[in-house]
Amino acid sequence: MKRFLFPLAIFVVVVGFLGIGLTLNPREVPSPLVGKPAPDFVLPQLHEPQQIVSLQNLRGTVWLLNFWASWCGGCKEEHPVLMQLAKTGEVPIYGMDYKDRRNEGIAWLQRWGNPYSVIAVDESGRVGINYGVYGVPETYVIDKAGVIRYKQIGPLDESILDKKIMPLVRELQQQ
Amino acid sequence: MRRWLLALLLIPCLVSAEEAKPLAENPQAEARLKTLALELRCLVCQNQTLADSTAPLAEDLRREVREMIAKNMSDQEILDFLVQRYGDFVLYRPPLKATTTFLWLGPFLLLVVGGVTLAVALRRRAKTMPDPALSDEDHRAVAHLLSVGTKRS
Repeated sequence: MKRFLFPLAIFVVVVGFLGIGLTLNPREVPSPLVGKPAPDFVLPQLHEPQQIVSLQNLRGTVWLLNFWASWCGGCKEEHPVLMQLAKTGEVPIYGMDYKDRRNEGIAWLQRWGNPYSVIAVDESGRVGINYGVYGVPETYVIDKAGVIRYKQIGPLDESILDKKIMPLVRELQQQ
Repeated sequence: MRRWLLALLLIPCLVSAEEAKPLAENPQAEARLKTLALELRCLVCQNQTLADSTAPLAEDLRREVREMIAKNMSDQEILDFLVQRYGDFVLYRPPLKATTTFLWLGPFLLLVVGGVTLAVALRRRAKTMPDPALSDEDHRAVAHLLSVGTKRS
């Protein structure tokens, strides 16, 4: 009987590790950009292409940068959460229309509503690469000094917003 | 009529097959892109290299790498560019540092543990095996059997 104890112990340890592995999300790759300055960009706006969006006018405000696209299913999923947040007016949400067609992006917002203060268009996806985006939607919390403080990979939901993002935003706004 | 049909059938002979042209004008740059892309992970389909993947992001990243090659950046500079944005995860061969020690040394550790366990188990078994004590009778029987064996052959 005793000689089975050792294999059993190994089995339990392996099952333990595999069990922990099941609870992890392999899609969530920690971003090396958290704690680093948000990469600068100069991009045209979605509704008025001759207008430019740049980070320079955002110094001194805490803001969210949300990468989305009309072709993206997860964006539809998180959209009501963004709409709700926009209604409170607590923090400006900047939209980044990522690798999308301009007319389709505009039509999408017309259909579902526009939670964004300003929307930039990243047609080639280059700004996305600078931000380490690999799957929309992704949301960044950027502080008054222009430093990325948090990155959300995948759709936002109310619990992430209430437990992580909004407490962080409020704390950063106090600074 | 028949002659015309024959002529019609011969038309395809005018077309000849050619070697497929490489996508880029510069085959050397393309070869460098290939070797680099084999070292890089596609972040969308995480078990594919950047060279294999057809995901839009992989296409964008290949374009980015191609441009960096055109700018004469070194391989290390190109890898650094991607690691700065996507982290070590983008590399198929992550560097050896504090957080990856177990990843690199773990297999050797397991090998040592397995080897020691095997050695201990073998030694223990050797101890528990009874010494075969043979009597004179047994020796005689063996000698007899062997001699019978040689006669037969």
